[in-house]
Amino acid sequence: MDSHERTERCKEIFSMLSDYLNLELPPDACSEIESHLAGCPPCIEFADSLRKTVELCHGYRPDDLPDPISRQAREELLEAYRKMLVARRA
Amino acid sequence: MPGSLDKQHEVELARGLIAGNPEAFDRFVEHFRAKIFRYSWLMCGQREDAEEVAQETLLGVFRNFGDLREPERVRPWVFRIARNACLMKRRKSVFAPEHELSLDEFLPAMDGTSGHAKIQIADWSALPDDRVLQSQMHDLLGRAIRELPENYRPVILLRDLEELSTADTARILDLSEDVVKTRLHRARLAIRRKLDEFLRNGKEGDKHGLA
Repeated sequence: MDSHERTERCKEIFSMLSDYLNLELPPDACSEIESHLAGCPPCIEFADSLRKTVELCHGYRPDDLPDPISRQAREELLEAYRKMLVARRA
Repeated sequence: MPGSLDKQHEVELARGLIAGNPEAFDRFVEHFRAKIFRYSWLMCGQREDAEEVAQETLLGVFRNFGDLREPERVRPWVFRIARNACLMKRRKSVFAPEHELSLDEFLPAMDGTSGHAKIQIADWSALPDDRVLQSQMHDLLGRAIRELPENYRPVILLRDLEELSTADTARILDLSEDVVKTRLHRARLAIRRKLDEFLRNGKEGDKHGLA
């Protein structure tokens, strides 16, 4: 494979990386990606940085939290819940 | 995995609610109110709207709880109601409006002359363990999410923050699974690039003398 073909392959891999990380590719496509990654350190590094991005997103919790629920808002929800229970048992 | 622990906890709460367990009510409200607030705050950027969306969603949840046939599906079911409440409430987002992201704009600089594509990226092998840098990464990640175009943001919020499946995300947002996959990949690439620039340039680190 010449360098141009290899670079084109890197671009194809690049477009499929999220599906690969999500385990949403068919086994054949996974094997192809893995065999390319095994011989292409820059693509491994890029895939690794994308995987870390996803991990950071999984753990992301913004600093902003809602204010504690007001008594009135809680009562409104509780009433809806009680009505739902009555309807379910009817 | 925090996502799955969370999910099991939610399923137990949903079963508790159906059984009329009084303790489940407050725990369910507290848990989902925080989640829905986070989703709608990151979607619309208005604190007051986010609190109202959380309340309207929970009202919708309790009024329609009889429609939830499978407690295992409580999270996508709640988020479908939250998404609709968010749309009803929506003033124009204070964050980035809708536009399309192209894959090419995230293609890293390549130099194929050496036989491999030489991709210009930062060294991600050791993410900062310094607390100041971690806090900067956290802030930057939040900003990167908020700056995503409005049509990409809900996809990453549901797929990567709420850890919902592609199929559930597609149903919640009325999109095809292929569109969800495409938008998720581009949103991740956009976020990755911002974090990469930060790690490479350490611009914010400079301010603290840490670069």
